[in-house]
Amino acid sequence: MIQDEDYEAAIAVALEQVNGGAQIIDINMDEGMIDGKEAMVTFLNLIASEPDIARVPVMIDSSKWEIIEAGLKCIQGKGIVNSISLKEGEDKFKEQANIIKTFGAAVIIMAFDENGQADSYERRIEICSRSYDILVKEVGFIKEDIIFDPNIFPVATGMEEHNGNALDFFRATKWIKENLPGAHVSGGVSNVSFSFRGNTKVREAMHSAFLYHAIKNGMDMGIVNPTMLEIYSDIDADLLTYVEDVLLNRRADATERLLECAETVKGAGKKKTIDLSWREKTIEDRLSYSLTKGIVEFILEDVEECRKSFKRPIEVIEGPLMDGMNIVGDLFGSGKMFLPQVVKSARVMKKAVAYLLPFIEAEKGGKIESSGKILMATVKGDVHDIGKNIVGVVLSCNNYEIIDLGVMVPAEKIIEVAIKENVDIIGLSGLITPSLDEMVHVAKELEHAKLKIPLLIGGATTSKVHTAVKIDEYYNLGQTVHVLDASRSVTVAESLLGHKKKGFIDDLTREYDRVRTHHKNHMKAKQLLSIEDARFNRLQLDFNEKTIYQPKQLGVTACDNVKLEEIIPYIDWTPFFQTWELHGRYPNILEDEIVGVEAKKLFADAQEMLERIVHKNWLKAKGVIGLFPANSVGDDIEIYSDEKRTEILYVQRTLRQQTKKAKGQSNLALSDFIAPKEHGKIDYIGAFAVTSGLGIEKYIEEFEADLDDYNSILLKALADRLAEAFAEYLHKAVRTTYWGYAAHEKHSKEELIKEKYQGIRPAPGYPACPDHTEKIGLFSLLDVPSLAGITLTESLAMMPTSSVSGWYFAHPDSKYFGLGKINDQQIADLSKRKGKDFSEIKKWYSSILI
Amino acid sequence: MKNRIESILGERILVLDGAMGTMIQRHQLEEFDFRKGAFEKHTNPLKGNNDLLSITRPEIIKDIHRAYFDAGADIIETNTFSGTSIAQADYGLEHAVFDINYQSAKIAKEVADEYTDKPRFVAGSIGPTNRTASMSPDVNDPGYRAVTFDDLRIAYREQVSALIEGGVDLLLVETVFDTLNAKAALFAIQEIFREENIVLPIMVSGTITDQSGRTLTGQTTEAFLISLSHIPLLSIGLNCALGANMMRPYLQILNAKTSFAVSAHPNAGLPNEFGEYEESPQLMAEQIKMFLEEGLINIIGGCCGTTPEHIKEIAELAKKYKPRAF
Repeated sequence: MIQDEDYEAAIAVALEQVNGGAQIIDINMDEGMIDGKEAMVTFLNLIASEPDIARVPVMIDSSKWEIIEAGLKCIQGKGIVNSISLKEGEDKFKEQANIIKTFGAAVIIMAFDENGQADSYERRIEICSRSYDILVKEVGFIKEDIIFDPNIFPVATGMEEHNGNALDFFRATKWIKENLPGAHVSGGVSNVSFSFRGNTKVREAMHSAFLYHAIKNGMDMGIVNPTMLEIYSDIDADLLTYVEDVLLNRRADATERLLECAETVKGAGKKKTIDLSWREKTIEDRLSYSLTKGIVEFILEDVEECRKSFKRPIEVIEGPLMDGMNIVGDLFGSGKMFLPQVVKSARVMKKAVAYLLPFIEAEKGGKIESSGKILMATVKGDVHDIGKNIVGVVLSCNNYEIIDLGVMVPAEKIIEVAIKENVDIIGLSGLITPSLDEMVHVAKELEHAKLKIPLLIGGATTSKVHTAVKIDEYYNLGQTVHVLDASRSVTVAESLLGHKKKGFIDDLTREYDRVRTHHKNHMKAKQLLSIEDARFNRLQLDFNEKTIYQPKQLGVTACDNVKLEEIIPYIDWTPFFQTWELHGRYPNILEDEIVGVEAKKLFADAQEMLERIVHKNWLKAKGVIGLFPANSVGDDIEIYSDEKRTEILYVQRTLRQQTKKAKGQSNLALSDFIAPKEHGKIDYIGAFAVTSGLGIEKYIEEFEADLDDYNSILLKALADRLAEAFAEYLHKAVRTTYWGYAAHEKHSKEELIKEKYQGIRPAPGYPACPDHTEKIGLFSLLDVPSLAGITLTESLAMMPTSSVSGWYFAHPDSKYFGLGKINDQQIADLSKRKGKDFSEIKKWYSSILI
Repeated sequence: MKNRIESILGERILVLDGAMGTMIQRHQLEEFDFRKGAFEKHTNPLKGNNDLLSITRPEIIKDIHRAYFDAGADIIETNTFSGTSIAQADYGLEHAVFDINYQSAKIAKEVADEYTDKPRFVAGSIGPTNRTASMSPDVNDPGYRAVTFDDLRIAYREQVSALIEGGVDLLLVETVFDTLNAKAALFAIQEIFREENIVLPIMVSGTITDQSGRTLTGQTTEAFLISLSHIPLLSIGLNCALGANMMRPYLQILNAKTSFAVSAHPNAGLPNEFGEYEESPQLMAEQIKMFLEEGLINIIGGCCGTTPEHIKEIAELAKKYKPRAF
């Protein structure tokens, strides 16, 4: 890898080891064909920028001193040098130790001297104690920074003089720990089982037994492959006896006996059993277990059993079920349980309650006491509801009654239900930027209706600043609260409904006042360029035969026979975990110390559902692409019917950054990536729309009818990922085939996810072109509704939700950027270009206007 | 000197001075002030290169030192935060590094010698430079480094020799945002100690950038401590970036894990929208009081935004508490 300068692959190996549990990574660049010093420096510099690797100490491993020294100059943390020894005499040893000490690194000392490697107990302690004395007394080395490697050699080799190898190591280790205070002992464990190469079972047993005894004797570091270790107490008793006979040199025929035994113990994997012992416990414990573990299998029989033993069915809910959910709530609140588990617990609870409801109604005696009634809705014009559903689940787990009005809910409906049901809290959700304005509208309407119900705001584009500056201002009668994520929703609801309400609201009012003042000052301080100045500082690219590519196939192409299997490899999993509030990058997240276990379970469930989606044809993916001749005219992009510019099919109006830029940086607009008309050369642009959500409703309804929020959310989240993956897949096909400007590109999956290819595909509504209204033109240009089955809502959200649309730019220098804030002047200019009234179009840009 | 400060550290909490830059700002100096005498013909603009004032307007710097001593500081820092050839390269003044450090040390020492009431010390301020050896400035090329360990080591050697020649009592490697930079400074210091056969007490002070609890280059407080504990330091501590309140959890970590003395010189709160620090002396002292009550501190002072008024409050407070035991 290093020879091929494939450092990325080398970094991946390091990452895998750290994820596998390595507590130190050893780096060795001693190889004849490479410049070891340069490779060491390059690699160390690279891993310094990988936080997941840089968190463990680095061991610089080289037989060449200059490589060690170069390595020490690259690590900011405490390093370890592997290794030095007395092999070349005391002077050299002292000189090297002195330098290592000045760098503050620890050091591995090989049991090696002028006369060779230590191979007996006596030679080991002789060399180690001499090295120690020199280091401590003459060099002044910190004792704790000395690590001895007293040589682990193979046993059971058939040669008699090797029989004591392991025992000598143990004894030497013990002596070092007793006589050389502070020093550590390490060694390469796999050496010991060298004679049994190929017999994993015996090797694993030998390693574990060796470590067991070595650790007992004081060994405190070791080079081991953590995946090649059997648990000591799990080693088969006979095998253990034979192994220990060999290691401890207990009998003359130990080697023969182990060899014989080794013949018989090959293979035999571990069997997986399901532990059902919890079924023996009391009924209360069983219910609590089912709830906290999210197990649905036994819940109905347990609830029934419980119902019979209680006087009234309602008591089952108020008693054991609520107790169980309280445990879930507490565990979640204290970070010991994660969102996917909570959603599974909720599924169990819902099923139990649904089972009991008919009995409660029949008895007519009792109403479930909830902590509060919460109305939830995705606002008018928006169809995104994963986040809203998750919040609903989390709140219902904490005994709130949820009235979910679904998606695209107009303000009137929200107010009507709020009054009729006498709700305690209203929660609004939305994902696209126009929803922010709709939330402002709802707030104004609540004020108008003289309601005082607290209003919660959540969703990807919402923020504390927007809530404080735009929403809270319009709703004075009730309190508006921005809720960052589902896990905060419970605390917020509790604070709003409990006795601490006043203090909470006072704090919040102060906080929002502060945010508003800060925002105001910030906006005052923020100086935007005039649109003329911004245009003057546009990006001026070269447009020539090297940067303009004529597409292989012009016009509109429907892509409706793409199989989901082909798309799946393009899934970027990291955002999937984010949806479930599990934070970390895939695949590392699967091994994460805190969320790893749950991430793995969730991932397994996702894989299983993907199987079903694919094989049972749950979802259909449909897409359309179009490639057209185009030129830029100022900030506009004219899209033509043909290369002679016979007819203008559509004019895309792009927006330009107006923030003041550092020297050498341009104020970008997407039109900068297309050749200007005045240059006379024809250029090209592409557009696309894809969905993977066709057919999803049926299954969502089924899950919801089965009270299964977990699978409902899972399916939606997967459909979203598939749509993004489809866009990635299609973009690749465009680059290599339809447009064909990068026919020979070769990118790994990671590189695709990191978008390391030439060209971009910005989507209307996202940072480079926050203008959602551009979707209207794009949809008619490609005839998206009939070719891909996607439609737009009044807020220009796409339906089905799992859809992606955008533009393709091919220029090698085209890149993603954030538009940032713009001012009225640009909107006025835009309204002229669009031929629309300023006041009419302004509302679409409120979230980016300064 | 070494024994003197070490024995005093056992008896009481020592007070470090406050911000230099904030005090210089009060004078509203112009380009001319930075050039006067020594650099009048220099081609680059020099306004803002505060270290030069030790040469061009020494009386201003001396007055600031005096103000801090009058406020009760035991230790003042030389006006040499950017006194390396690497930081001065921005102004094309690599050749002025010796003079900056030597003169700054000299005038600071002159002011210290004016006081006879109690021992007053001068610490040579050694800043982090404006480059980092552990991170690439280019996100597209993470393996690249704008400065290497050896570049830093050589630059720090130059600064440290001049500070010592100018007569500083201790060395303060401060505002460490990249521990590798600090290691290079400490490497240079040790080299000079060995060559010249001298030893001065060394203070090290790191910067935890925000409430992630990490330095700019990603180390936790504990990693920072471990990475530098191989050298016998007088003290290890934290300064800059955070106000006193936010610094407390990280000082608790140092307190629990180090056998060196612990120092802190926090900012006067966080900057407001206009980049100004507005935490009053009383408010800052109130927060620092908590550290002192907990017994976390041996040396206390101020960083950005603090003034002699802040140091006066802090010094009064420090008298009332016992130093951290170590």
